[in-house]
Amino acid sequence: MNNQRINIFTGHFGSGKTEIAVNYAIHLKKHYHKVAIVDLDIVNPYFRTKDARQLLERKGIKVVASAFAGTNIDLPSLPPEIFSMFHNKDYQIVFDVGGDDRGAIALSRYRQYFSDESYHMFFVINCKRPMTKDAASTLEILREVEQRSRLKVSSLINNTNLSHCTNVDDLLIGQSQIEEVSKEMAVPISFITGGSEVLGQLPEYLKPKAFPIELYLRFPWEEST
Amino acid sequence: MSERVLMKGNEAIAEAAIQAGCRYFFGYPITPQNEIPAYMSKRMPKVDGVYLQAESEVSAINMVYGAAGAGARVMTSSSGPGISLKQEGISYIAGSELPCLIVNIVRGGPGLGGIQPAQSDYFQSVKGGGHGDYRLVVLAPSTVQEAVDLTMEAFDIGDMYRIPVMVLGDGMLGQMMEPVEFKPFQGRALPAKDWATTGTRGKRKRNIVNSLYIEPQALEEKNLARLEKYRQIEQREVKYEMQDCDDADIVLVAYGTTARIVKSAMKAARREGLKVGIVRPITLWPFPAAVLHNLAETAKAFLTVEMSMGQMVEDVKLAVNGVKPVYFYGRTGGMVPAPADILEEIKKIYGGEK
Repeated sequence: MNNQRINIFTGHFGSGKTEIAVNYAIHLKKHYHKVAIVDLDIVNPYFRTKDARQLLERKGIKVVASAFAGTNIDLPSLPPEIFSMFHNKDYQIVFDVGGDDRGAIALSRYRQYFSDESYHMFFVINCKRPMTKDAASTLEILREVEQRSRLKVSSLINNTNLSHCTNVDDLLIGQSQIEEVSKEMAVPISFITGGSEVLGQLPEYLKPKAFPIELYLRFPWEEST
Repeated sequence: MSERVLMKGNEAIAEAAIQAGCRYFFGYPITPQNEIPAYMSKRMPKVDGVYLQAESEVSAINMVYGAAGAGARVMTSSSGPGISLKQEGISYIAGSELPCLIVNIVRGGPGLGGIQPAQSDYFQSVKGGGHGDYRLVVLAPSTVQEAVDLTMEAFDIGDMYRIPVMVLGDGMLGQMMEPVEFKPFQGRALPAKDWATTGTRGKRKRNIVNSLYIEPQALEEKNLARLEKYRQIEQREVKYEMQDCDDADIVLVAYGTTARIVKSAMKAARREGLKVGIVRPITLWPFPAAVLHNLAETAKAFLTVEMSMGQMVEDVKLAVNGVKPVYFYGRTGGMVPAPADILEEIKKIYGGEK
């Protein structure tokens, strides 16, 4: 995995950024001593990185999130601790950014730090989301995210899925659509994400891109009793 | 089969409304339903519809009143505190016998409360949050797919009976993502909107939209005619889901996403040999009272589970009418019941601890 110290996950809201960011942080922890995940989501009131906090901390990953995330205070606030993450170069950092241009605006605030140090900015795409159902609409959102964040997307992630009902054809149709986006933006598709069972059915030439993810954010009715 | 897509509950409700022919949305933002107006603001201009963020909830509901009076398919959406502000307008719309859709994605209350999910607006929705003798048809989906289907049907129910309809979901339903399919909208056969104020062009008597009656006798007649309509709705429009109730000692009663949690608990209980079933009201008004009344003959007890301090449980008690004990378990303030806690309650009832 071609890793930068700073890894930023952006995308359309509901594209699966948080799940992938959480999985990516857990993956990094296998290779690095110090890993932190920063919840920059100022859009979503529910289903946030902080919901996976216990699990992440058990694995020794530092979680930097607004004290208000998951509470009843509906404030787009960001924790001051984020600054220390730029200065403390011991850490590998994963940024989980809120959806769309509205979410990306939170990134813009830290632009000076990103210009001092190179970064990897992923753009997560789920072609089964109606607002990113074709290359043109996906490009529209990608450009809005770049404009608002004042940063450049450096690679794409194919996270095409229908939750528990995903099949490999969904991923392949998504792949051809995202290849169009990749060509247009001249950035590579780094990963194809999904459950390991579905990824196992990918054709051989795509398998090197497969990045299996586990779903850590669960609904209350999925809890085992 | 049309293609499935992955959508948030809120987005799916907005898209369903558009596909059912809704072309007017008036609202004001509040968490956790903001994705409805956000989606409408992007989609309405593309279908030549109107999206308007009013200066307040009071203003938004009165715009709905006006558009409904002119015969438009129109909706608004909000969450608890905003729905409270809309109550005067809702009462006027009910009094003027106009159809519209009101979506409430419920958060914890009272007051500003919080933004996490709740079901504490049951009384407000079902018992008339505004003044006067009136009813709303209240639909309570438990999945994103059901939210789509019920939102589409809500407009037809509204037009059929000239009644405001509410889709009541909790914050979790609004925020969660699930695959959904938008089947081509097959509407009901509906009466013409010959009452709408669309301009007479000098060719007919003018139509009047009004809820004020000068003579008490005229108002009583109007109310009695409306009561007759409500009885028809109670006979024709009740919806519920029933599972494993045939041999059930304990019948669980829950609606919305809570019903999904209750079903997990029910499966766990069945695995341990405890005979429990579930009745999930889909229409909260008209309430599926008859089915609960009948189950009181075979079941030994009822357990209602809600994200509230106990609201629907009162309607369950009315339906069971003292024949069997009705117990309650609830969490509030944005806290969500866990399957394990519900299982514990079931065991307490079995063990005679309750």
